Amino acid sequence: MDFLNAIVALLNFVIIPASAYGAQLALGALGVTLIYGILRFSNFAHGDTMAFGTAITILVTWGLQALGVSISPLPTALLALPFGILATAALVLGTDRAVYRFYRKKKSDPIILVMASVGVMFMMNGITRFVIGVRDIQFDDGVRFVINAREFRAATGLAEGLALRSTQVITLVTAVLVVWALFWFLGRTRTGKSMRAFSDNEDLALLSGINPERVVAVTWIIAAALATIAGTLFGLDKSFKAFNYFQLLLPIFAAAIVGGLGNPLGAIAGGFVIAFSEVAVTFDFRKVVAYLVPGDWTPDGPIQLLSTEYKFAVSFTILIIVLLFRPTGIFRGKST
Amino acid sequence: MKKILMASAAIALVAGAAGAEEIKLGISVGFTGPLESLAPQMAQGAEMAMAEVTASGLLLGGSTVVPVRGDSTCIDAAAATATVERLVTAERVRGIVGGMCSGETTASLQNVAMPNGIVMISPSATSPALSTLEDNGLFFRTSPSDARQGVVMTDILLERGIKTAAVTYTNNDYGKGLADSFQAAYEAAGGKVTINTAHDDGKADYSAEVAALAAAGGDVLVVAGYIDQGGAGIIRGSLDSGAFDLFNFPDGMVSQALEDKFGPEITGSFGQNPAAAGAGRDAYVAMATAAGFDGTSAFSPESYDAAALIMLAMAAAGSSDPAVYKGKVMDVANAPGEQILPGELAKALQIIAAGGDVDYVGATAVELIGPGESSGSYREIEFQGGKMTVVKYR
Repeated sequence: MDFLNAIVALLNFVIIPASAYGAQLALGALGVTLIYGILRFSNFAHGDTMAFGTAITILVTWGLQALGVSISPLPTALLALPFGILATAALVLGTDRAVYRFYRKKKSDPIILVMASVGVMFMMNGITRFVIGVRDIQFDDGVRFVINAREFRAATGLAEGLALRSTQVITLVTAVLVVWALFWFLGRTRTGKSMRAFSDNEDLALLSGINPERVVAVTWIIAAALATIAGTLFGLDKSFKAFNYFQLLLPIFAAAIVGGLGNPLGAIAGGFVIAFSEVAVTFDFRKVVAYLVPGDWTPDGPIQLLSTEYKFAVSFTILIIVLLFRPTGIFRGKST
Repeated sequence: MKKILMASAAIALVAGAAGAEEIKLGISVGFTGPLESLAPQMAQGAEMAMAEVTASGLLLGGSTVVPVRGDSTCIDAAAATATVERLVTAERVRGIVGGMCSGETTASLQNVAMPNGIVMISPSATSPALSTLEDNGLFFRTSPSDARQGVVMTDILLERGIKTAAVTYTNNDYGKGLADSFQAAYEAAGGKVTINTAHDDGKADYSAEVAALAAAGGDVLVVAGYIDQGGAGIIRGSLDSGAFDLFNFPDGMVSQALEDKFGPEITGSFGQNPAAAGAGRDAYVAMATAAGFDGTSAFSPESYDAAALIMLAMAAAGSSDPAVYKGKVMDVANAPGEQILPGELAKALQIIAAGGDVDYVGATAVELIGPGESSGSYREIEFQGGKMTVVKYR
């Protein structure tokens, strides 16, 4: 019984939240890594692209709710997602035309594109706030729980509760579907193959007749779709606040770099590595230990490696360790 | 001849009016930042008092009082200092209602108000550290110190038979001051604090914080944070993971937003914020309703009282010079004298003009003690059926 309690406590406070968070980071990191692999720069505006996409999705969600459309028990936002993706794709294609294409034509250094993306980040920051404001918005109207902590306790007789939110399930399922679709697209379709060719060797790809502008446009559209999906899932699971999406940029980049920039598989692994370390390193294991060892062995103080204030430091530390010992990331991404 | 007479009479009138001044009072509260949902009602409360005095025409020979708003941001001490600097040097205010949060208030008081000799009366800065701060007699507050709130919280918890509590506080002067004063009072009274830990505002995810709190356990979770910030995230996470379902909400959390966000989910949870029962509060709420805003919003009555105290002290001193009227603030706030409720500022000014004494009671039963802070009466609230209900005043 005690062993079960320990497992449930671990599931409830570490494994389930970290898996959902990891899936959200992985989707974000996929977008970053795709841009890096094909357009060859780190897109700092990605967090705010996520915020913009989510903002549009929320607006459409409200519109659908006003019309009485609902796909209960699932949140209406899933229905609004395609509209958010369309608007975001239009925005990033417009940005590419207005900003990035100029530097690409001039064959500028990647660092110049990175700096340009910082400027774009601030612009998108402002646009999102103009569109929807700075407030905290809850837009999940679906059924909240698959398993409710209190009911779980009553049903199993365990001391520990287990909560599984529907948004966590939706996040994981959607992430798996999206990743599968992306890999199928990159591996099996003509456009996907031309993107990979362009990423591997730009000059050879151009020689074999691949249209670079088309590759760039498709990349942006996919990145916009990934950003909007990641942002909406994150917003459904927690809540939407423009500032928080800006804050997400750090763990997302950490995930992409840890996995190996430019490597999609690495981005996914990196997302989960970062999420699990953030939650597990700052988790207080006292309760779990108390279930497993004889009563008087349990220490009075918390059993945790780092206090929760240092959560952000975890991403940085992993980043530094990986860059020191394996500069191209776990999955051997590009090093330039 | 007649025309000349008329003209000279008119000139005399104008000259007489010119003897009265236009007094500017600053309102420095966090219109943006973690308490932005409370700030508008605070500013409206203070402005209502100023409008009342201006309309009476009885302050310093018919002076008008003009409010000047500034955004103190609540959390950014540098921004608050710049705001107060602007109010003092550019707008030339003669007194300030503000700041809003403790850290920001300390910074703007020490950097701007004290060097310039401007009186500040804060409606809502509650850190115990402000009680002992050297202030040249320029700083007052119409809210009580959190040292008092710690004692009140302890009483409420023990009366409800709650012996263990986990505490999480927002990582700043206010949160830390309140959490520490609560822990000291609660443990002295025999309660046990299982964990006393900080959370940072503006984080994307609070599951790690909630996990740490859950591991420590406790009958109730005390959330000494802000409702527009991390406080809401902590509650969301605790409810979702089933870590806690009973909460105590100190003053930074008690607001309409709390009811809107969590109403039905936190039945039985309770909290407290500085507020007094009685005729003063009822009168104030009615006036606020008539003026079109919510007078029950936390610290809105305190703001009215802060503005009223400044203006009554000016009247009692016969001067709008902060160096002169700062000595009168305690006199008008406390007995002896005629008791003054909200809406009776004109009456108070008449009494002062006639040489009488006033004891300003106001919307929050103002009684300034020690270093110029409210002795503190609190409102205990509880959530029942998705609504915030008042249990009693203590």
